[in-house]
Amino acid sequence: MTKNISVDTTKEAKKTPDKAQPWKELGLKQEEYDRIKVILGRRPTSAELAMYSVMWSEHCSYKSSKIYLRQFGEKVTPEMRKNLMVGMGENAGVVDIGEGWAVTFKVESHNHPSYIEPFQGAATGVGGIVRDILTMGARPIAVMDQLRFGAVDHPDTARVVNGVVSGISFYGNCLGLPNIGGETVFDKVYQGNPLVNALSVGALRHEDLKLAKATNPGDLVILFGARTGADGIGGVSVLASETFDSEGPSRRPAVQVGDPFAEKVLIECSLELYAAQVVAGIQDLGGAGLSCATSELASNGNAGMKVQLKNVLLRDESLTPEEILMSESQERMMAIVPKKDLKAFTDIVNKHEVEFSVMGEVIKEPRLYIMWGDEEIVNVPPRTVAHDGPVYERPVAYPSWIDSLKANSASTLPRETSEEALKSQINQVVSSPNQASKSWITDQYDHYVGGNTALAMPDDSGMVRVSEETGLGVAIATDANGKYCQLDPYTGTQLALAESYRNVAASGASPMAVTNCLNFGSPENPEVMWQFKEATAGLADGCLELGIPVTGGNVSFYNQTGDVAIYPTPVVGVLGVIDDVARRIPSGWQDEGNNIYLLGITRDELDGSAWAETIHDHLGGKPPVVDLKQEKALAELMHGANLQGLIASAHDLSEGGLVQAIIESSLRFGVGARIWLNEILERDNVDLTAALFSESQARMLISVGREDDVKFVGLCEARGIPVLRIGVTDSTKELIIQDVAGWTIEELAREHEGTIPELFG
Amino acid sequence: MPKIIVEVMPKADLLDPAGKAVANSLQRQGHSAITNVRIGKRIELHYEEAPTPKQIEDAKEIAAYFLSNGVIEDVVSVSVEEL
Repeated sequence: MTKNISVDTTKEAKKTPDKAQPWKELGLKQEEYDRIKVILGRRPTSAELAMYSVMWSEHCSYKSSKIYLRQFGEKVTPEMRKNLMVGMGENAGVVDIGEGWAVTFKVESHNHPSYIEPFQGAATGVGGIVRDILTMGARPIAVMDQLRFGAVDHPDTARVVNGVVSGISFYGNCLGLPNIGGETVFDKVYQGNPLVNALSVGALRHEDLKLAKATNPGDLVILFGARTGADGIGGVSVLASETFDSEGPSRRPAVQVGDPFAEKVLIECSLELYAAQVVAGIQDLGGAGLSCATSELASNGNAGMKVQLKNVLLRDESLTPEEILMSESQERMMAIVPKKDLKAFTDIVNKHEVEFSVMGEVIKEPRLYIMWGDEEIVNVPPRTVAHDGPVYERPVAYPSWIDSLKANSASTLPRETSEEALKSQINQVVSSPNQASKSWITDQYDHYVGGNTALAMPDDSGMVRVSEETGLGVAIATDANGKYCQLDPYTGTQLALAESYRNVAASGASPMAVTNCLNFGSPENPEVMWQFKEATAGLADGCLELGIPVTGGNVSFYNQTGDVAIYPTPVVGVLGVIDDVARRIPSGWQDEGNNIYLLGITRDELDGSAWAETIHDHLGGKPPVVDLKQEKALAELMHGANLQGLIASAHDLSEGGLVQAIIESSLRFGVGARIWLNEILERDNVDLTAALFSESQARMLISVGREDDVKFVGLCEARGIPVLRIGVTDSTKELIIQDVAGWTIEELAREHEGTIPELFG
Repeated sequence: MPKIIVEVMPKADLLDPAGKAVANSLQRQGHSAITNVRIGKRIELHYEEAPTPKQIEDAKEIAAYFLSNGVIEDVVSVSVEEL
């Protein structure tokens, strides 16, 4: 079986400086290849070329986005940094939530693999983000996902939806991690390029924090977990074809297959290693595999490493050194272990029946040496691979089409006034695929495994308990509105931030930190780059105004079909803290006789709305106005009112407007109500269509027990939050909006919950 | 009844978690001679009469585009079984 693999050594590279190399096929530019030669003072070996090409790719190096991401670290105040234990640049940000606890959270994209192979692509997306969280020293406690699919009536959509949803549920459920929320949107712009973003959150004690660095010379470099196989190395086949002498090019798979049970064992094994304090540094293996882990650990620790590649345990002995360096086999970790702790390390991994191999050791000299038997195949400064890659200031151009899109406002679209027509429009909106209940999807995930879930879909945010003693917990919400961002990426991204922030506040938690996953088209298109520039500025400015820091994130470029880019889709996640999850605020009405209040002002803002899309198939105009000051005031009000126990339920207003929030609040626990809109019409000077469907910001729908009315309204007035009583819950099992429409709860549930199962069930 | 038997295996290069789990379990039971296990699937297509060459060709096509997932699996054989 073993075959003689001919390797390209550093010695060979010096001898044959002019040998033609497939740098172009590996995605490098001429200048980049030349720069590698300058760094090394010779041509790279094929193994070095493989490492540089993958580490300098857009995905790993952030070369087009770096200059814009810097502002997340710059537009911050000392106050914002106060609770930040680890900021951007590590595997995930870490936030101090008090009582000695910290949490770490991050979103990452797995878009392209999930289009090729939806089930495994989505499953390994979950696996990858969970390992990122684990790498920080935390126990993963929950996951969420943000999905964008093509048009519901396109024949390929069901393949992607079913594969992705089963992949997420399979991997997460096997790991025993609750899936506490997320979002699903359908739009034809995502047809050939669905978005599959996965978020994970983990909890740790302050002293358990781990970092991905190799600092102490003499420490051992250990690879543990699954064996290395030919997963996800399709791209480096060009190198393999060079080095496989007789058999010609080998076609390696571009996808990876995940094994959640192996990951579960890896999690428990790693946590036990941390607890035993035998790990000085740790890194997971994800994109770019060993190339990334070795160079990042060494670079982060300002040290070097000498490793023997033949010590890697393989699933397939025919792998070439380049393929071993590139392999994206799942469920692997790399640990830096002091020599004196090897025995303890070995005992723990053996107990878990996890395989490991010592690959080499950390050295003082900041250089990465990789050996293949007696031959040296890599000899590079690790920083040049991991951190000092190319940085581009790509051209930006104001999109030629955007002014005409903005001029085409929805305000001129025809509006209905009769009761019958309005009811029909409401039914169409709340049963449209994007506004309909997504419970067919979320019911395939386990929300409650682990017993710490306080809130999950369809509530505004997901909430999990961190401390079982005190009830301390965190709430997370994510949002991205591609339509708003297409109209105005700066405002659209702030709207995503505002909505996630409001969602967290509505659940009773105090917003504290931000993560993001920025999904865009090709950075080589100046109009896309302009959208990216606007979006990142919007997010950084917004976070500064709200006083919550960006802790980390992920950029996914090249999301397009042919030349047509997706809508800019910057997913913004906000994490909040709540002292005791027992004080969480549910999103649905609970008891009869509670008063229903609308907080905030309604404007005639229908551009980019669900109403414009569903009723008129229209997208144009300007997205709703952002008012972060008001959002902040609203969040503070919620916190104060909740401490006094005044709020029975709260639901934020977003896509679909007031009527969507009313219907969701009613259906959550099947409680009816009588609603009147005439005071909104009078006070805000809007018509019925705007009152029902406008997507004005900084609004919430609150229900309050009758005995707390005076207190609650007083609190709102004291804080300058516009408040209007618009209804009262009752025991009729009917929802009546006076002068507009009425339904039985049963009829409403059919409208709202029937759509998605009918399409995909 | 005449049948066409389609055999599908996970691609040799990719991880086969089920095979790995069974292999580990067999090792634990002491079957040390078994070094690896891979698990695929067998699909039977039933016919009234012995399938024609055209039907066999059709079956090969069905196997490739419908019975297997070409991204992660290979059709390793399509054969006729007559009883």
